[in-house]
Amino acid sequence: MNRWQDKAIKTILVGSASTSILIVFLIFVFLGKEAFPFIRDPGFDALWHTRWIPVSFKEEIFGLIPLISGSLLVTSLATLLMIPFGVFGAIYIAEIGSEVERSILKPFIEVLAGIPSVVIGFFGLVVLSPIIKNLFGLNTGLTALTGAILLALMAVPTVITVSEDAIQSVPRAYREASLALGANRLQTIFRVIVPAALPGIIAAIMLGMGRVIGETMAVLMVTGNAAKMTLNPFDSVRTMTATIAAEMGEVAFGSHHYQALFWVGIFLLLMTFGLNLIAQKVLRKYQMR
Amino acid sequence: MKAAQKEQIAFNSIRLITYFIVVLVGYLLFDIIIKGIPTISWEFITGLPRKSGAEGGIFPAIVGTIYLVFGALIFAIPLGMGSAIYLSEYAMQGRLNRSIRLAIITLAGVPSIVFGLFGLGLFVLFFGFGASILSGSLTLAFMILPTIIVSSEEALQAVPMGLREASLALGATQWQTVYKSVLPFALPGMFTGSILGIGRAAGETAPILLTVAAFFLPRLPNSIFDQVMALPYHLYVLATQHPDTTKVLPMQYGTALVLIIIVVFFNLTAIILRNKFRKKIKW
Repeated sequence: MNRWQDKAIKTILVGSASTSILIVFLIFVFLGKEAFPFIRDPGFDALWHTRWIPVSFKEEIFGLIPLISGSLLVTSLATLLMIPFGVFGAIYIAEIGSEVERSILKPFIEVLAGIPSVVIGFFGLVVLSPIIKNLFGLNTGLTALTGAILLALMAVPTVITVSEDAIQSVPRAYREASLALGANRLQTIFRVIVPAALPGIIAAIMLGMGRVIGETMAVLMVTGNAAKMTLNPFDSVRTMTATIAAEMGEVAFGSHHYQALFWVGIFLLLMTFGLNLIAQKVLRKYQMR
Repeated sequence: MKAAQKEQIAFNSIRLITYFIVVLVGYLLFDIIIKGIPTISWEFITGLPRKSGAEGGIFPAIVGTIYLVFGALIFAIPLGMGSAIYLSEYAMQGRLNRSIRLAIITLAGVPSIVFGLFGLGLFVLFFGFGASILSGSLTLAFMILPTIIVSSEEALQAVPMGLREASLALGATQWQTVYKSVLPFALPGMFTGSILGIGRAAGETAPILLTVAAFFLPRLPNSIFDQVMALPYHLYVLATQHPDTTKVLPMQYGTALVLIIIVVFFNLTAIILRNKFRKKIKW
């Protein structure tokens, strides 16, 4: 009786654990299912156009390149901003700050991680973008830079948490050996601990980038949403995520526009999937115990 | 310059950078609290919105968010806890185990808007649930699943092996061991993970944008196949879609404050409970 019950329960547990696999599979299947007809009709090549004009009386153009370049511009700016704050923040919390500071800073970082993206976007819209506008004398504060600052703020908790784990897992002996040889704490941190934790820190930055590329609401609200190719941080851009969020509501189901939006989703999924996979590989390979 | 001086300067700069984040976040919270408080009133919390949100309250949005969050938990808690129990107590090193872990990591990294597309394709269109509480809850459930699995597994792993070994040595089956000797100690920690999930589900906008949220619907839902308003989406609409966004600024701040209070309340509860359990049980 017990043995039978044990088997049944184990089956249920295996089933629920396997749901995750099923969902990942279904995500790929259903994104593909909605996007696939696009390959037959306008053709896959239609996606490699440098303009995105989804609604037009003359000719609708579904070029993903300006959207991808918009996402990449915002992501690279945000990455440049989040590296110093994330990495130095982690070093401070792990190595420099006192026990009391640590017990305050760590929950604070977790609170930051929990602030909804729409609230951060709202703050960017009403507080940050006027500042950016006046500071740089622009026509509008809705720029790639504004989005990047907000995204960096949202990714910093990820970078800090993962980097701090990496720094904490550097063996004590490394620290002690360095200090015993006469190095001071600063030298120990930057010549011994950070190099030893570097793979973990790099993985942390990649996880942060994954979060940034996939973030939707904050960029939708503050980047201005002009689908153009630019490298200027003070220009408006339209990211992949913002495009889906803004246009999916008005699109006719099954139209080319609808299918193109699913292609945007597929590329987005592949980019974040790749980043996460590499980051996890790095973390696992260099995990120190 | 002496090494000691250099060290001091470097440490102070790093401290400055770290506290800059604190100041920025503090300013954000302060700004929303100060400007949000004047809007908060009994009518704002319990009233129906009027004139597409320019006047009245946000009650339907609060109720909608509560429905969505609890709907998501109904699906995510059994699945998440079941997965965690399997991974922690039953799984052998092997291909299935590796695939499950890879799938969880992948799910945790899927952008929220892609979850929205997935929910639209599977629940709204394929299953024909339409834009509804059911579609939105299911989409949110799969989004918070990794959070619940990871923190539940952490709670299970914290239970010492000796308890399991003693139980098995007395002739208990695997499930009896889990049920009687492991779960009682792990459950508080496992529920902490679910509270973190609540915070995340309540604040997300992108997935519900495509699967459930109504622009303006000044009434309460009748069934799980109804559309609802939701707090984060309501804030987005007021801040960007409203014809006169500056006039409704107080409503925006009020909505943002209510949303922040809900999310931060659940997150802080989870953090405090977790730290308490970590300290309390000394083996």
